[in-house]
Amino acid sequence: MKTDIILSGVGGQGILSIAAVIGEAALKEGLYMKQAEVHGMSQRGGDVQSNLRLSDQPIASDLIPHGQADLIISLEPMEALRYLPYLKKDGWLVTNSQPFVNIPNYPDMEKVNAELDKLPHKVVLDVEAIAKEAGSVRAANIVMLGAATPFIGIDFDKIEDGIRRIFGRKGEDIVNMNLKALKAGFDVAQSVQ
Amino acid sequence: MEKHLFLGDEAIAQAAIDAGLSGVYAYPGTPSTEITEFIQGSPVAKERGIHCRWSANEKTAMEAALGMSYAGKRSLCCMKHVGLNVAADCFMNAAMSGINGGMIIITADDPSMHSSQNEQDNRVYGNFAMIPMLEPSSQQEAYDMVYHGFELSEKLGYPILVRITTRMAHSRAGVVTRAMKPQNKMNCPEDGRQRFILLPALARKRFKTLLAAQPVFTEASENSEYNVYYDAPNKEKGIIATGIAFNYLSENYPDGFEYPVLKISQYPLPKKQIEKMANECKEILLLEEGYPVVEEQLKGFLGKCIVVHGRLDGTLQRDGELTPDAVGKALGKKINDYYAIPEVVEQRPPALCQGCGHRDMYEALNEVLAGYEGAKVFGDIGCYTLGALPPFRAIDTCIDMGASITMAKGAADAGVFPAVSVIGDSTFTHSGMTGLLDCVNEDTNITIVISDNETTAMTGGQDSAGTGRIESICAGIGVDPAHIRVMIPLKKNYEEMMNIIREEIEYKGVSVLIPRRECIQTLTRKKKATKK
Repeated sequence: MKTDIILSGVGGQGILSIAAVIGEAALKEGLYMKQAEVHGMSQRGGDVQSNLRLSDQPIASDLIPHGQADLIISLEPMEALRYLPYLKKDGWLVTNSQPFVNIPNYPDMEKVNAELDKLPHKVVLDVEAIAKEAGSVRAANIVMLGAATPFIGIDFDKIEDGIRRIFGRKGEDIVNMNLKALKAGFDVAQSVQ
Repeated sequence: MEKHLFLGDEAIAQAAIDAGLSGVYAYPGTPSTEITEFIQGSPVAKERGIHCRWSANEKTAMEAALGMSYAGKRSLCCMKHVGLNVAADCFMNAAMSGINGGMIIITADDPSMHSSQNEQDNRVYGNFAMIPMLEPSSQQEAYDMVYHGFELSEKLGYPILVRITTRMAHSRAGVVTRAMKPQNKMNCPEDGRQRFILLPALARKRFKTLLAAQPVFTEASENSEYNVYYDAPNKEKGIIATGIAFNYLSENYPDGFEYPVLKISQYPLPKKQIEKMANECKEILLLEEGYPVVEEQLKGFLGKCIVVHGRLDGTLQRDGELTPDAVGKALGKKINDYYAIPEVVEQRPPALCQGCGHRDMYEALNEVLAGYEGAKVFGDIGCYTLGALPPFRAIDTCIDMGASITMAKGAADAGVFPAVSVIGDSTFTHSGMTGLLDCVNEDTNITIVISDNETTAMTGGQDSAGTGRIESICAGIGVDPAHIRVMIPLKKNYEEMMNIIREEIEYKGVSVLIPRRECIQTLTRKKKATKK
């Protein structure tokens, strides 16, 4: 088992929480894991990414080489495109469809969508809308994790356990909200694939 | 013997606690901040009474760490790479005095400048001070090095410099921890005056002692478990990979190395192993994260000519951090076919948060300065450096911690008017106060804006050393209290703010303006915490 994942988004959207849940699940599965993140200046509304590598064998590099990621999970559509050089030609891209516009020259969504359309394997979904429908507005990032779960190589119930452990100290309500968000994302992704 | 998922920074912090640490001293700086934060949050550290309050700057931190070591206890001092420039005076001389209790200095370098002004490689400082250095290649090794590092420091009698880079500091991996050791008892050195008073006559002796210790340090490197020689049949070349570069090399040889490889993680350079490689291999490829430090050293190292490839001859890029691809290219490996970044993708630079007080400060300042043709704004290091970007484009310089005040002073001396300085509260107490004293002593015609958000915001909201006392510090330094003006940076106050700014620019002398409003990030966190 070996899965290389790029997580991307805009500072503050919550990609590090996604990484934390997957990491927790991976550790419990006895997998090796390396996860590189960038802290500091970019967290102030700039583009952020994290390299997440899972394997049943020891992992050498903290960074994923070009063309080797199995999966890009992105909370923002233009940010998904920024990391395409890391995606395998037949890799999967799972991204939020809704742009995060905090720059004046944000491109036309038509052009962004046209680029997404070119990819052979993708799931594009409106995670905020799904989160809202599931009553978990603050867990849009976990909706995204749910949608990406089939491609990670860890069983859905193990990811659920990861959520229980990561959010456990924040109380049962928060855990349940996130579990609902995870399931909602998972279900929608299953239906659009 | 538990396995934890740790950032490199957290692995270092846990190792120090487990190794019997008595105090950590640091000033926040990316990517080193999480080391001290982890110790601050550790229940064991609290139970053991480990000192973990932030220091005012890296120099005060290192001096305090040396003081704790003098008293016989184990101390840790952490900083980002440029922090060592601030602490360099103490650092260089701690190598002269040596230590008593084990002392480890962590430098977290930031190649590719993810959050920094330069990408200096602090292994140069290690060589400069002539002390042993460790450079981990994995989070586990980072843990092990710090866990055993205090004993190494005590055995050799010198501080140990541990050099990590962003990808080690901010990457998570499984780490197995070890048994907790007892803390040292207080025990000041009996020969303390011979070692710790660096008067010329004594310092000359100490320098001879440091020189005499060099072969001992080299021997320690040659016998170090962190320096490993992997033999291979193809001797067309040998590869030396230091620290994290070893990972990128391994990534390119998943089924074992083609050429002999020397992994270096302890310095000074292990001479024996390098000699072996130079004798057996036709040429040497150097892979190192940062400057070509070893590459430059190697050329004259063995007293004979060896062919070395690396960053200096363009085999690897001269700047920026290493990647598995960059290393693969240097090894002549075929790179995977990959997608290009679509042209439609635009840059997304970081920006000041919505609702941030710095925004309101810049709005008002820009509006006033629009009326002065020759105005120059000297900026500083912090969130407010983002005022350089649109829509504000409000600052003209940003060089180093505290430079806003002193550069504005020099420019004012040269005739610039208005010479305005913009500095944050934490940066002011880090390195701005002494510059302010220079201005007061000469009654320089300068306007200093201390944009006070009551925290060290850029690194994530750590305590700021002067919170609640900025006015009294300025008055104490000698600024006329009539020209220390506090304001609340909010849209509704723009008119008042602009009037004050204008008045103080027109005042011929030192004025300090203090727009004060709590950082929106720390405020939000506090509100969330009280809700629960």
